[in-house]
Formats: sequence, C-alpha cells, structure tokens
Amino acid sequence: MELALIIFLPFLGSLGAAFLPPNARNAEAWLAGAAALAATAITVSLYPQVAAEGVLRLNLPWAPALGLDISLRMDGFAWLFALLVTGMGTLVVIYARYYMSPADPVPRFFSFFLVFMGAMLGVVLSGHLIQMVMFWEMTSLSSFMLIAYWHHRGEARRGARMALTVTGAGGLALFGGVLLLGHIAGGYDLDTVLAAAPQVKAHPWYPAVLALIALGALTKSAQFPFHFWLPHAMSAPTPVSAYLHSATMVKAGVFLLARLWPVLAGTDAWFWIIGGAGLCSLVLAGYLAMFQQDMKGVLAYSTISHLGLITLLLGMNSELALVAAVFHIANHATFKASLFMAAGIVDHETGTRDLGRLSGLSRAMPLTAALAVVAAAAMAGVPLLNGFLSKEMFFAETVFLDRPDWQRFGLPLAATLAGVFSVAYSLRLIQRVFFGPPAQDLPHTPHEPTRWMLLPSALLVAACVLVGVVPELVIGPYLRTATGAILGADAPAYSLAVWHGFNTPLLMSFVALGGGALLHGALLARRGATTVPLLESIDGRHLFDVTLTALTTGAERALRRLSSPRLQMQMLLIFAVALGGALLLVKPFGIGWGANAPQPLDPAFALLWLVGGACALAVAWQAKYHRFAAVAFAGGAGLATSLTFVWFSAPDLALTQLTVEVVTTVLILLGLRWLPRRDERIAGPGGATPRLRRSRDILVAGGCGLGLAALAYAVLTRPAVDGIAPFFVQQALPQGGGLNVVNVILVDFRGFDTFGEITVLGIVALTVYALLRRFRPAPESMRLPDQQHEQDGDASPRDSQEAMLPAGAMMLPAVLVRLLLPLALLVSLFFLLRGHNAPGGGFVGGLILATAVILQYLVGGTHWVESRLRIHPLYWIAIGLLLAAAAGIGAAFAGAPFLTSQAWHGTLPVVGELHLSSVLLFDLGVYMLVVGATTLMLVAIAHQSLRSQHHRTATGDTR
Amino acid sequence: MNALLPLAVNFALACFALSMLCALIRLLRGPAAQDRILALDTLYINGMLTILMLGIGLGSALYFDIALLIALFGFVGSTAMAKFLLRGEVIEP
Repeated sequence: MELALIIFLPFLGSLGAAFLPPNARNAEAWLAGAAALAATAITVSLYPQVAAEGVLRLNLPWAPALGLDISLRMDGFAWLFALLVTGMGTLVVIYARYYMSPADPVPRFFSFFLVFMGAMLGVVLSGHLIQMVMFWEMTSLSSFMLIAYWHHRGEARRGARMALTVTGAGGLALFGGVLLLGHIAGGYDLDTVLAAAPQVKAHPWYPAVLALIALGALTKSAQFPFHFWLPHAMSAPTPVSAYLHSATMVKAGVFLLARLWPVLAGTDAWFWIIGGAGLCSLVLAGYLAMFQQDMKGVLAYSTISHLGLITLLLGMNSELALVAAVFHIANHATFKASLFMAAGIVDHETGTRDLGRLSGLSRAMPLTAALAVVAAAAMAGVPLLNGFLSKEMFFAETVFLDRPDWQRFGLPLAATLAGVFSVAYSLRLIQRVFFGPPAQDLPHTPHEPTRWMLLPSALLVAACVLVGVVPELVIGPYLRTATGAILGADAPAYSLAVWHGFNTPLLMSFVALGGGALLHGALLARRGATTVPLLESIDGRHLFDVTLTALTTGAERALRRLSSPRLQMQMLLIFAVALGGALLLVKPFGIGWGANAPQPLDPAFALLWLVGGACALAVAWQAKYHRFAAVAFAGGAGLATSLTFVWFSAPDLALTQLTVEVVTTVLILLGLRWLPRRDERIAGPGGATPRLRRSRDILVAGGCGLGLAALAYAVLTRPAVDGIAPFFVQQALPQGGGLNVVNVILVDFRGFDTFGEITVLGIVALTVYALLRRFRPAPESMRLPDQQHEQDGDASPRDSQEAMLPAGAMMLPAVLVRLLLPLALLVSLFFLLRGHNAPGGGFVGGLILATAVILQYLVGGTHWVESRLRIHPLYWIAIGLLLAAAAGIGAAFAGAPFLTSQAWHGTLPVVGELHLSSVLLFDLGVYMLVVGATTLMLVAIAHQSLRSQHHRTATGDTR
Repeated sequence: MNALLPLAVNFALACFALSMLCALIRLLRGPAAQDRILALDTLYINGMLTILMLGIGLGSALYFDIALLIALFGFVGSTAMAKFLLRGEVIEP
C-alpha cells in the first residue's frame, strides 16, 4: 500500500495546489513540501524491506477482465531512483519557494511540479511496461507545461514545444518498442520481460525493439543526435531545470536503459547504438559546453555530456560499467542540481546569467561561491568528491574494455579528452562568475540570498563531499542493493575506495585535470567571442525547424488534395461511399426478402403515410429558397412519424418525438432569424450545370433512401431473433422494479450509458453557450426585422417592462401561456414520476418543462421574462448531473457497484403504499439536465437579438 | 355494441386521415405562409384525434396522455411560426 501512496501523494498535492489562490506562495510551498517530504519518508522507510526481500509488489485490479492491473514494483534500483525523485523534489520545493517571484502565479507551478513528480515516480515504480509508458508520456506533458511556465516569453514557448515534440515522438517510438518487446516476451509485466532475456535477444524482431526503445530513451535523455532540445528547455524557471533537467526527467532515459539492460544489452547492436550515442554526446556536448555564454547553457551541455557518459557506460556491455553508470546517475544528480541552484541564485540576485557580464561575485556572495566551487569541482572530477569516484570507475572501464584493438585504445583517449573538456568548462564557469574584478553593470547589486535558498544547495554539496570521502559508508550498501536488483546473482565484486593505488585510471584523471586547467588557462580564460569554433554551422534547432515546417506544409498540402472544406461535397462523398459500399455487398450476397407475410394494409394508415411522405418530399423541394415553408412541412412529417409510433404501440417513442418536434421547430425558427436573405442577383435553379448537379444529388439521395427502405423491409419480414430483448422484457420488473421496459433499460440496465449521454448533453449545451457568446451575426442580419420596423415605427420598441402583460398583439397569448406554465410543470412532473411504470420519464418531462419556459420567452420577449422569472440553466445542468451521480454513488453505501438501483417498498401512515427507488433520483437528474440544457441553448440564441439591439443603439441605427 | 365499436373507430380514423389529406393540400399549396401555419395546426388537431381514436380502439388509457401532450403543446410550433411571421423573429429582446 505504501507504494501506491508514494505515487498518490504528489498527485493529491497537485490537486490541492491547483485550487489555492494565486499569491499563496507559502501555502503552496508548505503543501508541495509536505507531499514531497511524506513521499520521501515513505521511500526511506521502505529500504529495510527492499534490502531484505529484494522486490516489493502491489497489484491493484483495474480491469481484471482484460488482465490489466495497476502494477507497482519496487526493487533496489527503483528505490534509489524513487529516493532521488522524492528527496530532490523536497529540496527543489524549498528552493522554489524563495526563487519564484511574488508576481508569478505559483499554483500553476507547484501543481504541475507535483504532477511531474508523481508521473516520474510512476515511471520508476511501474511493474507493467505499458503503464510505465503512460507515466512516461505524463512526464513529457507536465515538463512541457513547466518549461512553458513563463508563457509570455516566446523563447519559453518555443523551447517547450521543441522539448515536447522531440520527447513526445520518442515516447511514441518507445510505445511501439514496448509493444513488440511485450509480444516477444509473452507479457508486459516487468518480471516476465526480464525473465525472457534469451528469447528477446534471439528474436528476429530484436533490432526493431532495440531501435525503438533506444529512440525513446535517447530522446528523453537528450542524447546525440537528439540533444538539441535540452539547451532550449533552459528557458524554464531554474527550479524546473534543477529538478527535471539534471536530476529526474532526463534520467528517465538512462533509467529505462538500465532497467532493460539485462534484456537488451550484451549484443553488438546495443554497443554501437547506445555506446555510440553516449560517446558522441559525451565528447561533443563537453566541447560545446566550453563555449556557452549562459550559465544555464554551460550546465545544459554539461548535463548532456554527463548523460552521454552514463549512456556510454550502459552501452559497454559490462556489469562493472553498469555499476559505474548507476553510481554516476546518483552523483551527477547531486552536483548538477546544486550547480543549477547556484546559477538560479546568481540570476536571482544579479539579474543576469551572462558569463560575459558576471565577474567577481565571490566577494559579495561568499557562501554561494563556496558551494558552487565544490559542486563544480565534483563535476570536474576532483579527488575526494563524488564525481571523481564514478569518473575513475568510468576511466577504468574504458581501459579494460574487451573489444578490438582500435576501440581499446580509442575509447580511453576519447574519455580523457572528454575529461579535459569537463575540467575546462567547470573551471571557466567558476572563474568567470565568482573570480576576477567585481562586475560593474549588473541589473541588481549582488548580495547573499536568504539562508533557506542556500540550504538545499548546501545539503547537496555536503552529500557530494561525504560520498567523495567515505563512499563505502555513505552510499555503498544502497548502491549494492540497486545494482544487485538489475544484475541479480551476477553482480560483480567492486570496491568503492577513494584510493586504488597508482594505475592507469588515476593517470587519466590527472591528465584530464592538468589538461583541462591548461586548456582553460591558454585558450578560454581570455576568449571573449561568443561563438563556437569548428562546429559553428551545426545547429540542431535549425534542422528541427526545417523538418517541422516541411511536415506542416506537407500535411496542409495533402489535406488540400484529399479533402474539401465544402459541406455539400463532404455530404455527397459520405453518402456516395455508403451507397457504393452497400451496393458492392449486395451484389455478391443479394438481399433476399424474408418469409413473414406483410400485414394487411390499413387504408387510414396508408393515407397518414401519404401525408407524411408528401411533407418530407416537400421539405427537400422547398428547403433551398423557402425555408419557412420547409419548416412547416417538416412539422407535418414529424407529426406523421409520431403518429406512426403511436399506431405501432410505441408510446414512449411517440412522446419523445412529439416534444422534440416542438422544440426543434422553435430552434430552427430562432436560427432562421439570423440567416441572410436570398440574394436575387444570384441566379436561381436555371442553367445546365446546376441542373446536372441537382440530378446527381437526387440520384444519390434517392438511392440511399430506397436502399435503407429495402434493408428495413428485409429485416422486418424475417422472424424476430431472440437477442437480448426478451431478457430485458422478462427482467424489467424483477430486477429493475419497473413496468416500463424502455425506461428501466434507460435508467437502470444501461444507466451508465445514459449517465454518459447526459454528460455529453451537458457538455454540448455549454459548448453552444460558449460559442454563441462570441458569435456575431452577419451585418446584413443585424437590422431590425421589417415587420417590427413597420409596426413599431420609430417608437422605442419596449417601454412596458413593468406592465403585467406585454402590450400589443402578444397580450392574449401571454395570458394563455402564463396559465400554461404551472400546468406544464405539473404535466412534466407527472411524466417524470410515472416514467418507471408507464410511458414517460425524465427526458420527456424535461422537454415539456423546457418548452413551457421557452413559450414564456416567445410571447413576452427576453427582457420581459428575465425581469420576472430567473431560470439559471447552468445550475439546472450542474444539479442534474450531481443528482444522477449521487444516485449512482449511493449504491456504494449498499455495497453494490456504481448505478445499481436501490429500491424501498413499504407503507407509510397517511400516504399509503409507497415505492421509492434510486432510479427516480437518477431520472430526476436527467430531467433537470434536459431542462437546463434545452433552455440554455435556446435562450443563448435568443440573446443574439438582445445583442444586436445593443449594437443598433450603440451605432445609432434605428433600422 | 362490441361489434359496432371497431367499425366506428375505423370509420373515424379514415375520416381523420382524409381530413389530414385535405390539410396537406392546403399545406403544400399555400399560397400564403399563414395558410400553411393553419394547415399545420389542423394537422396537429387531427393527429390528436387520431391518437384518441386509437386509444378507444385498443382500449388503452396510455394514448390519452399522448393526446393530452398534443393538446397542450401542439400549438407551440404554430405559435412560434405565427410570431415569426408577425414580428420577424421568434423571441424578441
């Protein structure tokens, strides 16, 4: 359970952080700090168990029918990473509290920060590969939000977009690789995959798996050739860089490589792909880091270089190299996060991070300088600091590499060269910022920051020193547990001593230190230019932009070729394809009529259908130029449909159809007001081309209609199939407690469906409302309708808002309609309450009440109604949804699954026999939501007139 | 009596269907928009009566509720159309 809690706490904290006020810096920091600290404490407390048992597991059933569980797994390696993520998170929260300015909207920062922490813990602790990929994506998304935190800066937006594009594409590749891997291994559980190592390596798909997973890992860890996003991500706030871009997110890539090391490593392909990418990043980024002008730029390239070192170690196919890699992961996190914090402090106190402007800060900020110097020394690999130890192990591995000769000599040379670079850029950074003459033109006068801001950095530096001096005591056992978790029984023996005697690695270390100092003294110290020699023309960002532009324009071009923006063309294509597809199927299989004899034709019914059919045809005939007549015809066709439902004993359908008809008519008429008039200058239906087009449309429409009719006939003349219908009919009363099968299905058997549908209805209503708020009708529709202009003349149209009844022609209807309102409420409640046992229900009831409300608007006008009757459709929607959800959740109190109906049947003293059921509550929710959604949408359109009236008043146009 | 009722119901149904046909002719031919609205209203009245007849014929009270609904709200569509013709928009400010 503790495992779930570790992941759950940050997410919970994030939810809380999102709802705090924007200036609550202290509350946010306390909340985030508490969540991070609690997660750290739980992680620490789990160590004895991990050390004793090896692996802790937690399986929470999620979709057991599909074999999907939420699977958490913590072994020594995952523990080390979890400690890194939680512990570093706690320190960064403290730091961020003092770093963020009071003007920044901190809730957004801390809530995304905690989401990221939770997602990262999810990656680390997942015992299921697909689940891990899901959390992996979540880290990409939350890091996007964090990099773009200051979204008013174009640079931040660009950097965030680049990071998301690169890591997101990598995540997609990783997903593919994981799917293949799980397929080969016969399961996605991490233990299954780890046990299937021999099959995976022998499988013909192995190269594809390796390439895809390497793509995912290398993009995430910013390895060559995908390294370019990391320097651009430096536009993030510094706490984000310290956390994501040194300690955690970029480590996810190497975490994955180490996690799958037993399964994928050990082949030549692994050596070349992983080792090659690592070596290129190590040397190239080290070189580039020497010429950066931005403090964070230096640190970003140095991070790429150090991650390259780790990747190279993982790629070397040796157990000892893996140990060194894990060790360096921990070491790099400590000194690099501390350096990022120092860069942030310098930026915070002086207002700049430009190495050309900064100088001599050690006088003003001695503590910061001391901490940064120690951390930079650890980064350079100075003895008695943690960086030295893991770098020494790395040098030793390059020397004892079991490969052909040229690689055996080349690799140590390259490693030493990278060491030289590392020393040189560390020296340059420290020397430029903290030494030399005091800087003159800084934006702020530098001074020491508050102690609390130094504390996280100081703790990290202390860790660097402690690990560097007494490694076996401080980190020895944890490192052994971690590497033992990956390597199992094969874990090699190694010693974490500071002193191994005079040997080649030590020599290499001294060469690197001496060479680095020499390089710095000879070249870099006096260099003022801001460009990178030799590699000037290679620019990852430019390549990225070019590729992205090509993709976008290509997609647009393809879209232009393959699709049409015209609705008519799209409709034609859809129906033509449907018709063609059906005809293709009919040709080989035929469409035989069934054996059932048709019922004798009732002449009255035939006449009814004649009326309905004629109306339907008339709609199509008149829709183009006589919209109003078409609405009337559509009303006739709708009535015929409702009567058909009644005739064939489907009263529920008839009720619904009738109410929907009425509301639809009003809706269309409301919209009709804003459609432009027919422009007589545009030619009517004459000429050859329009006639040809219309004939084609008639053919397609007629074909589709006749085809559907034939299909319906073929189905209806066959004997009824014993599907699920008899079940519903038989079980409606015993299980659902209702006599009306239709309603029992809607609110009980398929209640979850209905819940989803009403949610969608609510969303649609809100969307319509939101869209219409910003909608402005065409200018030619803005004018007052001719009728009103003629009848009202120049008099102010509405001056009788206080009158009991609207004046003029609407007075008599208003009397009628006001009397109708309570009656309609009664009728609607009647249909709602009896719905479970007889035709009716929440949907019909809701529509009836909504119709009555709309009628008030219709006769009174918006002002008149809204000054008397305040309908708050948004509340109705919200309360309706809440009621429906409450009816569903209520089942939990009876120990039943969501939306199980709970009924109570008994006799009350005065009232008599009474049947109460939770489905009534559910139906009441549907009722309220339908009332709210319908009135919201219709009134939103009606308010357009209000707005155009204001517009006319504002422009002084009386027409 | 029992033999007479179905006959009467069927006769009435046929009559209503015929009158709906008449209303349809007015609906289609117009000529004025007002004619169409009246025709639609007549259609609704006849529809309501048809439903009542069906209810009597089948001996079920359920149909009465549907007829009630038409009686209460069948006029809304016609009213909205009439309002549209009279004032140029359905819901005025």
